[in-house]
Amino acid sequence: MTRRAGWNAVGIALFVVMVFPVFWMVSTAFKPDDQINSLTPTWVSGSPTLGHFSDAIHKAFFWDVVKNSLIIVLVAVGIAMVLAFLAAVALAKYRFTGRKVFIVLMIGIQMIPGTGLIIPLYVVLARYHQVDTLTGVILVYISAVLPFSVWTLRGFILGIPKDLEEAAMVDGSTRLGAFVRILLPLVAPGLVATSVFAFITSWNEYIYARILLNDQAKQTVTVWLSYFQGTSRNVDWGALMAASTLTAIPVVVFFLLLQRRIAFGLTAGAVKG
Amino acid sequence: MTVAAETTSKWSRRRRLTWARVGRGSVPYLLIAPVVGVLGALLAYPLYRLVVLSLQQYTLFELIQHKGKWIGLDNFRSILQDQVFWHTVLRTVIFTVANVGLTIVGGMLIALLLVRVSGWVRVLVMAGLVLVWAMPQVVAVQVWYWMTNYQNGVVNWVLAELHLGDLQHDWNATTFSSLSLVTLLIVWGALPFVAITLYAALSQVPGELVEAAEIDGAKPSRVFRDVTLPILTPILLILTSLSILWDFGVFVQPYLLINPSHIHPGNYLMSIYLFQEGFQKADYGKGAAISLLMLVIVAAMSFFYVRKMVKVGEVE
Repeated sequence: MTRRAGWNAVGIALFVVMVFPVFWMVSTAFKPDDQINSLTPTWVSGSPTLGHFSDAIHKAFFWDVVKNSLIIVLVAVGIAMVLAFLAAVALAKYRFTGRKVFIVLMIGIQMIPGTGLIIPLYVVLARYHQVDTLTGVILVYISAVLPFSVWTLRGFILGIPKDLEEAAMVDGSTRLGAFVRILLPLVAPGLVATSVFAFITSWNEYIYARILLNDQAKQTVTVWLSYFQGTSRNVDWGALMAASTLTAIPVVVFFLLLQRRIAFGLTAGAVKG
Repeated sequence: MTVAAETTSKWSRRRRLTWARVGRGSVPYLLIAPVVGVLGALLAYPLYRLVVLSLQQYTLFELIQHKGKWIGLDNFRSILQDQVFWHTVLRTVIFTVANVGLTIVGGMLIALLLVRVSGWVRVLVMAGLVLVWAMPQVVAVQVWYWMTNYQNGVVNWVLAELHLGDLQHDWNATTFSSLSLVTLLIVWGALPFVAITLYAALSQVPGELVEAAEIDGAKPSRVFRDVTLPILTPILLILTSLSILWDFGVFVQPYLLINPSHIHPGNYLMSIYLFQEGFQKADYGKGAAISLLMLVIVAAMSFFYVRKMVKVGEVE
């Protein structure tokens, strides 16, 4: 009993240390400037303010970058999901020559560090005048989320009992009919989960957006956020933390909704086989 | 004649069968074609261009002309003769080892802790881990930047209160200190994924095995080493190789936390070296050569683990 109490104390200490940066972000975002700039920290402000959020929203290009991020992410994820779903059906439902090579490629591609291909992608996209356009970034994001989307969707499709589909076909459905009426509704939650995961990945991306988009009005939220810190010594900490909170909110909300479903996707099967 | 007729009918039957088979057989290829097309255009082709670029002089001038100048291995020669390159490789390897080591050991300890705490503490810690996991990298960097700024960062205040440091400690004063801070940030961000994955794996270790070992008088450390660890080995290998890949190529955290204004050749990591040489100096040929060398180093570093992973997969 005492030993468990000891472990519990360690657990609570761990919780406090891990969560502190998140707490400090939110706490700072609501604090008046004198409390932020004081040498002695105020943990939770007694006189919270929404001023920093209004500063962040009224900072130049805020609505532009939000719009850009939404367009880029929605288009990229939408296209990637359609393509990935088709390939996932092929992997889950058919045996064909080259299937194994395709699987190995899907896994192998994820091992390439993102920064490794940034130079040739920049040069190639510049060649086709896709630098400083949202299209270029969208193309890059599609290719970035495709491999894991194919892999995860394949898992979701495999999870559907074959009998259901067969039963439908026995009842006179065509293969396509069985697919649309039985498979699609059952795989919908998996499709949602995968697209939210792809959404998070694209929303958080920084370096490609930073390099492919020069015009400030065309940049994404993460790049916009990184310009807050600038190089000056007098950073507007309150506005920076408010903007950080705003950037994190959609991701955190989606992530919390989804975590159970997707958390182990990356390593699923590693232990169970 | 009859023989010939028989042959033709056999042939045509076979051909008909083959066509039917091809018709049905082409469905999976049609299904994967779009993915193959996109990845071919946006991964395979750039990979090929990477190799070509690394052998060319390709600066802003050539970028506008869309035509590089062939210079053979000159880019590689100039990189390999550059002291900064070798120092950066060494620094990045040490940095990667430290980051991966801390992440995996820390994650393992947290997973073991999660097994031992009461239910409500487990829920609490899990919730905290997931919250940290959900934080976008760029956001996390901004928060750490604020927490550790030397004028009124809360970290300096806590350290001063504990008499472990001073209120105006500048974390970017030395390379060691700024990269240590980056390490803390990366490990903090990576722990949730590793800890939660390992905790899930731990729950699959059969309880009877552990009990049997305990009844036989094995100490907890012995049980961990001889029962738990072997079962966790495959997942640990995957986590380690993934962490190596992520940490060796890491860009966002060091670039933004050290801050572009404090980045200099003395604290470069590989991706930053690549970024500075390739984009800041607009020398894409040299940047491509650095990328290639980087990919080779990453492949060498993860080869051992990937091979083992494949073996584990084959056994299963």
